[in-house]
Amino acid sequence: MEDLIAYFTNNKEIIFIVILMVFVGVEVIGNVPAVLHTPLMSGANAIHGVVIIGAILVMLDSSPDNYLALSLGTLAVFLGTLNVVGGFVVTDRMLDMFKKKK
Amino acid sequence: MNIDLIHIIYLFGSVTFILGLKMLSNPKTARNGNLLAAAGMTAAIVGTIFLKENEVSPIIYYLIFGAILVGTVVGWLTAKRVQMTKMPELVSLFNGMGGACAGLIGLIEFPKVAAHHPEKLGIVLAGMIIGSVSFSGSMIAWAKLNGTLRNAIRLPKYNIVNTLVLIGLVAYAVFIVVAGAYDPMHLYLLFTIAIVYGVLFVIPIGGADMPVVISLLNSFTGLAAAFGGFLYDNQVMLTGGILVGSAGTLLTLVMCKAMNRPLYSVVFGAFGETATAASGGESQGSVREVSSSDLAVQMNYSSKVLIVPGYGLAVAQAQHVVKELETLLEERGVEVAYAIHPVAGRMPGHMNVLLAESNVDYDKLKEMEDVNPEFAQTDVVLVVGANDVVNPAAKTDPTSPIFGMPILEVENAKSVVVNKRSMNAGYAGIQNELFFRDKTSMLFGDAKKVLGELVNELKNLD
Repeated sequence: MEDLIAYFTNNKEIIFIVILMVFVGVEVIGNVPAVLHTPLMSGANAIHGVVIIGAILVMLDSSPDNYLALSLGTLAVFLGTLNVVGGFVVTDRMLDMFKKKK
Repeated sequence: MNIDLIHIIYLFGSVTFILGLKMLSNPKTARNGNLLAAAGMTAAIVGTIFLKENEVSPIIYYLIFGAILVGTVVGWLTAKRVQMTKMPELVSLFNGMGGACAGLIGLIEFPKVAAHHPEKLGIVLAGMIIGSVSFSGSMIAWAKLNGTLRNAIRLPKYNIVNTLVLIGLVAYAVFIVVAGAYDPMHLYLLFTIAIVYGVLFVIPIGGADMPVVISLLNSFTGLAAAFGGFLYDNQVMLTGGILVGSAGTLLTLVMCKAMNRPLYSVVFGAFGETATAASGGESQGSVREVSSSDLAVQMNYSSKVLIVPGYGLAVAQAQHVVKELETLLEERGVEVAYAIHPVAGRMPGHMNVLLAESNVDYDKLKEMEDVNPEFAQTDVVLVVGANDVVNPAAKTDPTSPIFGMPILEVENAKSVVVNKRSMNAGYAGIQNELFFRDKTSMLFGDAKKVLGELVNELKNLD
């Protein structure tokens, strides 16, 4: 119990952000019409590509002679970029079609 | 660059994600919302790269820029070139890439964190496990959607096996953290088990439930990104990840509700087993076939036609010929609209995207609640490649596996024409009594081909 309270205190900012973001996430997409479910899923898919920032941080922290870390890291950055770029572009393409009505 | 500036950039990024998602929930602002989130993401990425100026060897910058450049070109071209009918599997594919990225981060960080910050090891492993499960699960979902993997593969007692593997996975991770088993061998074994679990998790689930699974895996990847944010104390990863995690979970539940299927039965797959037992696959009488020339005449003299698109339309790529049919009928003074079931196709909104591609007017796409009262005044309902979403058993037969699912009440119309390739059952694996009703007639064949014939017959009527 002591440990748990200490853990909470040490990470309180992060825990606050997490809890508040959970509510924001629910609020933000409440009442979305069924028409937009697929673009919304696709847009959210692009946003979690933010994980690429972790991959970049890994790379920046690696020493230039740690070949294993560098090759895995480069692969991670590549995959993260695919997620971000592909995700946003395909979402834009979907939404572009909706706009064409007259 | 001033290092402190990065926090302002991250704040900007987080705000664009929230606003972007909010704007994506409204048809008028959706496109700008997506662009806004993309701008925030770009700022956060560029800011991160230049965060540590002068401390990093140039080779690392070359690798990062190279990876981003190649990733951008590949991602852009794939997203631009893919046919819109293939879009659900593409979303799954990109989701898997994000999951793999999170998994790799865990693999690289583990030895470093184990040496310097063992208290953060749980976070590293959680991110790695969730990311890896999301990766392999998404790859299976992708293979199922594009037809590489056709059927649900069920190991004997797969629910028990899956649960045991999951428990083993978590227990192993706890063991590594608690016992301080920092040997990389353990790490790679854990990684492998996570990958295997992702496969086991998705492989028994049927194609009809893939949208729900993709949405669920989408929120998993969000969670994995959030663990990364926790690890690096990085707010933009944290907010972005949690936002997608919670919004994705809600979206998953909304989709389940539209199908009237609780999430646990999607994941633990009650579908199919009761289905075949309850209604069987036998036919219930005979069906009536209609020729495209008769149908053309019938439609020509109708005053109102409703088209119900389903996955068969997407498979046959018939969205353009449907639009042609609509135009021809309207020229003849027939009122035409589309009745869209919330889960028609393989993703909610799938039909809307497809029909929008062929320039169908947004106002002609009617949602289920709005269109159901209109069927009684409709002369001809044309069902194109849809089945379970128009099955009256959902309302009348309590033993049916789809009982309780809201359906399009096409049986109220004066006549119903169903276009299908054959009499095979839909995803739910059950026969549809609608096809045997007196006012129903069948138009067999590939949607694109048959509707093309129908269009030609209509033209010949002049």
